Amino acid sequence: MHSSAIAGTARPGFLARRRRSYVFFIVPALLVVGAVIIFPWLFTVWMSAFDWRIGSAAHFIGLENYIKLATNQRFHEAILHTLYFTLLAVVVPLIAGTAAALIFHREFPLRGLLRSVFTMPMMATPVAVALVWTMMFHPQQGVLNYLLSLVGLPPSLWVYSPTLVIPSLVLVEIWHWTPLVMLIVLGGLAALPTEPYESARLDGASEWQLFRYITLPLLAPFLVVAAVIRTIDAIKAFDTIYVISQGGPGTASETINLYLYLQAFAFYNVGNASAVVVVFFAIILALALLLLYVRQRAKWT
Amino acid sequence: MTAATLPVSSLAVRGRFRRRLRKFGFALSVVVIVSPAILVFLWMLSLSLKTEVDNVAYPPVFIPNPPTLSNFVQVFAENSMGLYFWNSIVVSGLATLIALAVGIPAGYGIARAQAHKLTVLILIARMTPALSYLIPLFTVFQFLGLNNTLTALVITHLVITVPIVVYIMAGHFETLPRELEEAAQIDGASVWTTFRHVAMPLARPGIVVGTILAFIFSWNNFVFGAVLAGRATRTLPAAVYNVLTFEQLAWGPLAAAAIVVTLPVLLLTIFIQKEIVIGMTAGGVKGG
Repeated sequence: MHSSAIAGTARPGFLARRRRSYVFFIVPALLVVGAVIIFPWLFTVWMSAFDWRIGSAAHFIGLENYIKLATNQRFHEAILHTLYFTLLAVVVPLIAGTAAALIFHREFPLRGLLRSVFTMPMMATPVAVALVWTMMFHPQQGVLNYLLSLVGLPPSLWVYSPTLVIPSLVLVEIWHWTPLVMLIVLGGLAALPTEPYESARLDGASEWQLFRYITLPLLAPFLVVAAVIRTIDAIKAFDTIYVISQGGPGTASETINLYLYLQAFAFYNVGNASAVVVVFFAIILALALLLLYVRQRAKWT
Repeated sequence: MTAATLPVSSLAVRGRFRRRLRKFGFALSVVVIVSPAILVFLWMLSLSLKTEVDNVAYPPVFIPNPPTLSNFVQVFAENSMGLYFWNSIVVSGLATLIALAVGIPAGYGIARAQAHKLTVLILIARMTPALSYLIPLFTVFQFLGLNNTLTALVITHLVITVPIVVYIMAGHFETLPRELEEAAQIDGASVWTTFRHVAMPLARPGIVVGTILAFIFSWNNFVFGAVLAGRATRTLPAAVYNVLTFEQLAWGPLAAAAIVVTLPVLLLTIFIQKEIVIGMTAGGVKGG
């Protein structure tokens, strides 16, 4: 009674004063973030207005880098490759991850151990994983073609085929990141209430109906979170693509990230590469806003 | 009598059969979903323990006979793996320590001042591809003559470690009850003392998760090392990639090198399995 009265009267000024002192907690991090994150963003925008190759002088050219990108077919293809890759690398892990979560939500022997094994790929170093998959994809000596032959399928060219390279790379991505979706959905399942299930069972609902009309709607916010994270990570995918296919064959798997890398660190064309970063950033931001909007709607309905 | 009991017992048999079938189906689905994860790692191990002849044999040899450690010996002897391992520890260790020093207070400040706009900034930073920081930083390091140094690598790795630590700590401090801190402050403790002696000890689990995740993400980073490091300052992932492209194409040493890179991370994950699950999902669900 006594202390709550004090807190009640002292609150407004007390809070404002406290708020101000919390600023000092944030300042060091803000300085670091300013130096290694915000400064590079601004510097990138500035560089994008120059014809700038490392080792030679920079010339101011205004928006010309962007105008060139608008008509650059290789860049347009890179955007399409990125969207194709991202779509597959979001949808499949979402479905597989939800299925895995439903399995791991049930009790069975060795569940903890098997769940640890299942989540191992998520933490493994992408380069190391990519090296192993490169060897598995090998058309002559690779183990994947051997497995295909065991079930009577013809050998595949995997990442050496221009049409199969992106789905093959997505296979690695699925293997790598389905565990994260599983963990997020598993968290959702653990938080589900039990009453709706009991009353629905009394009404004679089937297992599928329980899943379709109770579990799925209640999981929606978690699925959206998983979709947001997965989309961001898929658009950013670089290591595995770079190690396994280098954007090839030809430019068949060249995503925006790969195109960016080549412009900056193979051709040292930092002006053009900076313009690509700015466009890339705009795409990511637009997608993130869209997904956050969907998430808000999923929350309120 | 017999006519009446027969259908009942056959029903029971059918029920038991169906239950068994369902159990078998469930076990099968567990196997299907876990086997890709385990098989790739086992194949990696198998490649690293076989001779080159067995590695390129068709049909593939699955079980090394006899297993050999020569691939590991070769990788350490001919490719200075020890040096690259040390580089990775220095870079990821320092980047994580700096991130903790600035990130724990920042997470606390954001949680207590309700400055959620700042977490949006952190979120955008996490969304931006690492490669896009690399171009401006590379240009600046070139100007400062810092390229090919470990200092440049530590600075760039802050791009990874600081956002993740701030993000996890802000989320974690939000879940702590404020009553204890308020009591301490009413008793006259300063904001800093409250943070240092009340909030931080309570946040230890969050700090552990933040530290390990920051270290793992930094350790796993490839492109910063590939672009910024010189021959002697490469981190492990960048070095392993160079083993592949420039020095040899043998599968055994490659698989051995891949294991050396990823084993520390997998061990870290196994030892703190539960905490990582909490950290990753809490971070994801809170911020998404």
